[in-house]
Amino acid sequence: MIELEVNGTSHRINVDPATPLLYVLRDDLDLHAAKFGCGLGQCGSCTVLVDDKPVFACITPIAALAGRMITTVEGLGTREAPGIVQQAFAEEQAAQCGYCIPGMMARAEALLRRTTSPSEAEMRAAMRPVLCRCGTHMRILRAVRRAAAMRGGGVTDAAEPVR
Amino acid sequence: MNAHLSRREMIAGGGLVVLFALGPQATGQGGGVEGQANGEGEVAPGLPGSLGQHPVLDSWIRVAADGQVTVFTGKAELGQGIKTAIVQLAADELDIGLDRLTLVTADTHSSPDEGLTAGSHSMEDSGTAVANAAANVRHLLAEQTARLWDVPVASLSTRNGQVTDGNGRTLDYGAIAANLSLHVPARLDIPRKPIGARRLIGKHLPRIDIPAKLTGGTAYVHDMKLPGMLHARVVRGPAEGTQLIDPDVAAMAGLPGVDRVVSEGRFIALLGRREWPLVQALRILGQLEWERPGEPIPTGDRAAVVKGLSPRVEPILDRQDESGGEAVRWVAARYTRPWLMHGAIGPSCAVALLEDGIMTIWTHSQGVNPLRGAIAEMLGMPPERVRCVHVEGSGCYGHNGADDVAADAALAARAVPGRPVRMLWSREQEHGWEPLGPAQVVELRGGLDAVGRIIAWNHQVWSNTHVTRPSRAGDLIAAQELGRGFTPASPRSLPQPEGGGDRNSIPLYALANARVTKHFLQDMPLRVSAIRSLGAHMNVFAIESFMDELALATRSDPVAFRLRHMADMRARTVIERTADRFAWGRRTPGTLRGHGFAFARYKNLGAFCAIAMDVEVLRDSGRVVVHRAVASVDSGDIVNPDGIRNQIEGGILQSISWTGHEAVAYDERSRTSYDWSVYPILRFEDVPLSVEVDLVDRPGQPFLGTGEAAQGPAAAAYANAIAAATGRRLREMPLTDDAIRTRR
Ligand code: FES
Ligand code: FES
Repeated sequence: MIELEVNGTSHRINVDPATPLLYVLRDDLDLHAAKFGCGLGQCGSCTVLVDDKPVFACITPIAALAGRMITTVEGLGTREAPGIVQQAFAEEQAAQCGYCIPGMMARAEALLRRTTSPSEAEMRAAMRPVLCRCGTHMRILRAVRRAAAMRGGGVTDAAEPVR
Repeated sequence: MNAHLSRREMIAGGGLVVLFALGPQATGQGGGVEGQANGEGEVAPGLPGSLGQHPVLDSWIRVAADGQVTVFTGKAELGQGIKTAIVQLAADELDIGLDRLTLVTADTHSSPDEGLTAGSHSMEDSGTAVANAAANVRHLLAEQTARLWDVPVASLSTRNGQVTDGNGRTLDYGAIAANLSLHVPARLDIPRKPIGARRLIGKHLPRIDIPAKLTGGTAYVHDMKLPGMLHARVVRGPAEGTQLIDPDVAAMAGLPGVDRVVSEGRFIALLGRREWPLVQALRILGQLEWERPGEPIPTGDRAAVVKGLSPRVEPILDRQDESGGEAVRWVAARYTRPWLMHGAIGPSCAVALLEDGIMTIWTHSQGVNPLRGAIAEMLGMPPERVRCVHVEGSGCYGHNGADDVAADAALAARAVPGRPVRMLWSREQEHGWEPLGPAQVVELRGGLDAVGRIIAWNHQVWSNTHVTRPSRAGDLIAAQELGRGFTPASPRSLPQPEGGGDRNSIPLYALANARVTKHFLQDMPLRVSAIRSLGAHMNVFAIESFMDELALATRSDPVAFRLRHMADMRARTVIERTADRFAWGRRTPGTLRGHGFAFARYKNLGAFCAIAMDVEVLRDSGRVVVHRAVASVDSGDIVNPDGIRNQIEGGILQSISWTGHEAVAYDERSRTSYDWSVYPILRFEDVPLSVEVDLVDRPGQPFLGTGEAAQGPAAAAYANAIAAATGRRLREMPLTDDAIRTRR
């Protein structure tokens, strides 16, 4: 039995402690914003926050998470009352198929919890672990910039190439 | 800029639209050409779009007694925003608020069969049909009211779901519809709304599917959870073409968490109540011995490999006007593309349930009707007892594992009647088994006269088929594994005007003396099928690279050189607008910095798209930084401007990924690109610093397919910019850092 705190609610989970968090979120807690993409830590579509830091839920066993604070995209806001990152992604229409977007939002949230004024390069580096196949990157970056501004900061430097 | 809609405008039906007299000919739109890849033939040839196949109004629109309207489309949401555009069209033409409209998408039991959602046809086929059906329905509602009130129909107007006489008398659509049959064919003489009366068409409407995707709603087939549902995984060799050697199926049932093994022939599926144990079981079974029966995959020089795959010559174009005289100079070049992967971020998934003798499959297939036929044949069930319902998946960009996993799910579900089965491929299976975009070779030869005009053109393209979508059971992996003699259909060479490997092989430029030949390759050492834009990515890459090579040979500016050979006014417009916006001709200072330009009209039938790029090549690494990309696009009548921008931005980035970063690796036994570590795609550090999309609106003109329009031009603009920056031309995709560094 492991006690997991997800989006501010605590859950007692009675499964193999080696089970990666992703399967517990999706199959036991009915939280399916975090997506299965690879199960290998390569694509980031399963990203959630653990104590404000982004982690790949597909390779993080729940045994490692007792007493930690887990936040999924469901914890950022709801359809009726979306959180800032969700609002920013909606404003920018930052989705095509949208499959990668929860991972993107989790990354963005983690970045903005760390700093609301990242540089362009910092922002791109922070988002790097999440893959998008639809090529929605420009919009995703616009959404992160917008969310930063909405949180009282902003990405103000001109886009510089990552060298 | 297109005005944003206020919330009130979105919900309420908005202004008054006067019904005007019937004209002799509808202003309705012409339909798409060859939109029905697998649909039925035309039954009402005069009618536009898919109305030609499904002329009866209530197959598209139904009005309930409470005034709620249901609109049906046979197309599927793939992340391209089709749902939103169809809703916009229908609500505007019907004069109803969005809150009164429900949309049903591709479902074999309820929507019209519109074949595939592919080829950028959705707006041309379905958008056109829905818009004209809606105009018809609005008119019938008014006609019925006119009869009831005994007034001329031309004296009536519609507004927000009501017919009104302008003197305070109104009747709700619901009340009228109760006594009105929509089971009648559409009429050709019903005009669509005048452009000035449009409320929603052409305006920004946020995508209706996005809110659920941002908040963890059930948005994808992957997210479906039905009572009693079992999880499932399929057990196979590591890649298409391989087979497990005598797997011990009985032992698999003993693996922890495996509740049931379903096997027949070589097909093996594991079922269980929890997912994680199945994932672990699959990992263990990944160690099983496998073989590849048949011929080894040819390896070595790509052009030699591709050209050796049993080509069959098909002439595509033979224009022989030699009045331009003798060429004073010839230029020749060969371009190649490797096999490419669709690479959906979420692996393919389907949910299936056999209940009361009906097999229902929730699938992200692009063609629910053809899929139903193939699965019914595989199961030996009558097609009407198989239902395929489209539910969104991860973006697919063509024929990926969607259909195969649906068949896998159906076979598994057949063994457990009454219990839904959710079948999900692993990442490695998606990479290993999805059909690839075919490798291609193009050889071009051009003759120039003394003043730098092209007077001779010869294009040869070598390619496998670009479509092996299921048309029968044998096209599905699972059916082949059953060992009951199901074999795939023989590969088809898609004909012009759309073409397959030869798509966009005929340049739109004014070339009086031009020959195009397709070498249709009959051997398929690697499994291939449709990937976004089919041959257009390669042919436009080659043609537009070659145009730059010819411009260089004549010391002409690439844009001026293109315009000199372009008569089509709409093409000229997007070329000129891109050049203007980009400030073409003004060099960006800096070493290893260059500008590239390219143009194509997708399929020579769809959207016009010109793209300019400003790139810098980093000296030590060879990495390419795209400082700026500018596109101008003419998609005909624009329904949702941001939807078009989104498709073009995405197309540019995806094409940069294909062109600059991707190639499926393989050896003699199988593909070896089994996950993202061995099939890298574009990441944030390599995406452009800025992308701008300029839209040319043509209200009242036919819709021109846009979803694939950027693939070719983006590829060539990228290659041309790199050539301008480095002074060296790269003709083999992918144009990687290594290739750039070593060739510099
Ligand atoms: S699913 Fe976790 S990183 Fe891909
Ligand atoms: S929006 Fe489709 S993968 Fe990112």
